[in-house]
Formats: sequence, structure tokens, C-alpha cells
Amino acid sequence: MSDLLGYLITGLGLGAGFALVASGLVAIYRVTRVVNFAQGSFAVLAAMLTSSLLGAGLPHGVAELGGVALGAVAGLVVGVIAIGRPGTTPGTSLIVTLGLGVFAYAVEILIWGDQPRSYPGVPGVASLAGARLQAHYLLIIAVTVPVFAGLAWFFTRTDLGKALSACASNRYAAQVVGIDVRRMGLLAFTLGGALGGLAGVLTTPVQQVTFDSDVALIVNGFAAAVLGGLSRPVVALAGGLLLGVAQTLVAGYGGGAYQVEVALVLMLTVMIIQAARTGPVLEAAR
Amino acid sequence: MSAVVEVSELTVRYSGATALDGVSLFVGEGELVALIGANGAGKSTLVKALSGLVRAESGTVDVRGRLAQVPEGREMFGDLTVDDNLRLGGWRNGRKGRDTGAIYELLPDLGPLRGRRAGALSGGQQQMVAIGRALMGRPDVLVIDELSLGLAPLIVEVLVEHLRELHASRGLAVLLIEQNARLALELCERAYVLEAGRVALSGPASELARDSRVAAAYLGGHVAVNP
Repeated sequence: MSDLLGYLITGLGLGAGFALVASGLVAIYRVTRVVNFAQGSFAVLAAMLTSSLLGAGLPHGVAELGGVALGAVAGLVVGVIAIGRPGTTPGTSLIVTLGLGVFAYAVEILIWGDQPRSYPGVPGVASLAGARLQAHYLLIIAVTVPVFAGLAWFFTRTDLGKALSACASNRYAAQVVGIDVRRMGLLAFTLGGALGGLAGVLTTPVQQVTFDSDVALIVNGFAAAVLGGLSRPVVALAGGLLLGVAQTLVAGYGGGAYQVEVALVLMLTVMIIQAARTGPVLEAAR
Repeated sequence: MSAVVEVSELTVRYSGATALDGVSLFVGEGELVALIGANGAGKSTLVKALSGLVRAESGTVDVRGRLAQVPEGREMFGDLTVDDNLRLGGWRNGRKGRDTGAIYELLPDLGPLRGRRAGALSGGQQQMVAIGRALMGRPDVLVIDELSLGLAPLIVEVLVEHLRELHASRGLAVLLIEQNARLALELCERAYVLEAGRVALSGPASELARDSRVAAAYLGGHVAVNP
């Protein structure tokens, strides 16, 4: 029983990371209709920079913020290249993000090499009602909860957040009232970059990062996001947590080698069901 | 009377097809002007050109003062509340210009709906929100693309009454693009008839309503009795 509780909390911590990646994907897709395949590389870049900054003697907190900031800048750069030119279709932008994701490998290997990196997070093992788990997972949860609360507040209570939602809801009407949809798209990419960066920074102490860690992140993040047709942030959050718990349970009671397969099976099942019900994801998101 | 909107010799093409071919028209300050024409005559292209959403190949669009648009099909932010829809109508004004209170005084029917999702409203209610959203932009001229399309006659009457009031009380100019020529010619002072991307006829609404060509093409063959 105490095993189960430990798996659940560990799973929620793992899932919080997926949920952050997924919410970045959703933030970008809602506003721009672009599936951003470079989303995982924001996490890798942020984690790599954080490890360098910590290595250079910067304190915890500052180094992590630096990593998240790099994620946001990378998001903006990807956005400028992917949607900066007026008239670029979402399909074209998707391919651009895929290319940029691969290009990020080259940058990461040049700067940080191809060896796995990690850095210490919250040390030790926590005991919770008899369950034992790595204490760092509690930090991941403790940071992710207020971040999602802040996002909910931003999107529903501020004019800027409402304007982003307006672009997602009706692009043409947004243009009619004078909202610059391209600038809103770039803002969404920047936000997506920061969220991806935060995921990388938070999860690296429990899962070391290499230049190609983005694949696992994007697969899990996409699987979580696709549950809500890529356009419903709350469902993406729930999907991420569900996925994290499912993977931890599979690893705990089955074998650790099947974690990514859990995400792939879930993703394929959801996409097949959605396609059968309402047509492809693009239609489902309307 | 100076013009708030002046379009001269405007030509717009979409990948080779000519949507507007040398169109000239103007809307005077506080004037009610109708633009009538069949489907595909170029009305919607003209609306987009006025809002700067399509590029002119030649000719000029001169908008002096603020222009706000009530787009065809209402184009709600369906997932947002009525109040948020209105607030975003004031996006260009900056934060201080986004108070929606005045709109609920002008259009009291919107008050009880303020917290509702715009996508869940009836067509008439949405059209009211679309007008309110456009008014949030504090326009000198309101461009309305298809006021009556898909709405019950009683609801259209209410909307027309609101427009008359706004025109009378605030000197709001209106460019009304309508398929329902009878309605447009009744409400407006002056009108243009657009055919295949060109202005085919123009003049005072009362004269156009008696014109046999207009009657045949847009008024179902019956000449309006308009003293």
C-alpha cells in the first residue's frame, strides 16, 4: 500500500513535468495552430544552461531562472522563424519547428557535448504516510501547482491573456478588433518556451538530460496535450499527470523499460478515437 | 460635409480574380449609407479593405477617424464571455478605454448576458454583442457587414431601432452592407449598388428604391412605395 502511495506521488511529480511541456504545446497551438516540435528542446537547452550556471558557482534559484529565461528566448526565436513571415501556413511552420529541433542538437553538442548532464536538486528521501520517495518530486509538484494557477489567472483575468484566448477562439475577429495575431503568436511561443524550460530545469535532478532528451519529453508532452485536442490546457494538465502516474505504476510493478511505450500507446489510442469521432486533431480543436 | 471614409478607384484581386474593379464611394460624417449587391459582388472584400485586412492593387482607402466593424456572421469569441467580447472590442483604446459599462447603458439587453459564453447565445443576441463590441472601439463610422442575415424580422427591427438611436444621439456614421436591399434602403440616406466588383448605381436611397433596375434585381420586382 505504501508502495502505491509512493508511486502515485512520484508519478504526479513526473507527470507535472509532462504537463508543463504539454501546456507549452497547447499555449502555442491554440494561438498559432502550429504543433511545435521544438518544444522538447526548450527543456534541454534550459537544463543544460542551468547545469553550466550551477557549475560556475551561481546559487540555486538564480541558475534555474537563467535556464527558464533561455527557454523563453529560444521559444521567441523559434516563433520568429516559424511564424514570422506573414502567410506561412501552420503546416509549413510545423516543419520549420521540426528542423529547428534538430538544429538545436548541433548547438547543444557544440556547447555542452554529448554526455548526459545533471545537477543536484532537493536531496534525500522523503517519507509520507509510510511511503518513501525522492524528495525532489515534491519540489516539482510544489512549483508546478502555482505555475498552473498563475496561468489560469493570466488567461482568464488579464486583458493580454484574454487577447491570447481571443486569437485561439476566432482569429479573424481578433484581427477585426485590432489584435495583432502575429505578435500574440510570438508571445505564445515565448510562453511555451518558458514552460518547456521550466519542465527541463525541474526534472533534470531526477532524470539526467542529454541533447536528445527532447524526444521523450515531446512524446510525453504531445500524448498529454492531444488528450484535449491540443487546445484545452486543463485537459493537458490532467493528461500529463495521468501519464506520469501510469508510467510510474508500469515501472514500479512491471518494468522500467516500457515508460515511453505507455505514452505512445495512450497517444495512438486517443488519436485513433478522436479521428474516428470528429476527424483529425485540427478539426477536433475547432 | 466631410467624409469619414473615402474610397477611390479601389481595385483588389485575389490570385488573378478581380474582386473589386475601380470602386469609388464615400461616407460623410454622421451619414447612413447602404451598400447593396448580390453574393460575390465584392461587398465583403470592400469591408476587408476598409479594415486593412486585404491589400489594394491600386486605388486608395482613406479612413478619417475611427472605424469599427461588425463582421459578417457575427464572428464572436465563442469561448469567451459577453463581457470579455466587449472588452476586447476596446483593445486599441488601451486598458483605461476598456470599461464596458457604457455599452450596457446603450444596449440594455446585453446586461443580463454579460457573464454568458458568447458562443451559446442566439443569433440576434450575438449580433447585439457584435455591435456592442464594435462600439467599444469608439468609432466615428460603423461598418456593418450583413446586419439581418439569418435573423428573425422582429430582432432585425430592434437592431435597426438601436442603430437609429446611435445615429441620432452620437452622430455615428454607418456603412451598412446588406443583402436585404429593402431594409438597407429604408434605414439609410444614400446607397451604392455593387455589381461584379463595380459600382453600378448610386444615389439617395429613396431614388434607388424607385429605380426599376434595383427593384427588379434586389426588391423582388416590386417598386417600393416610398413617398
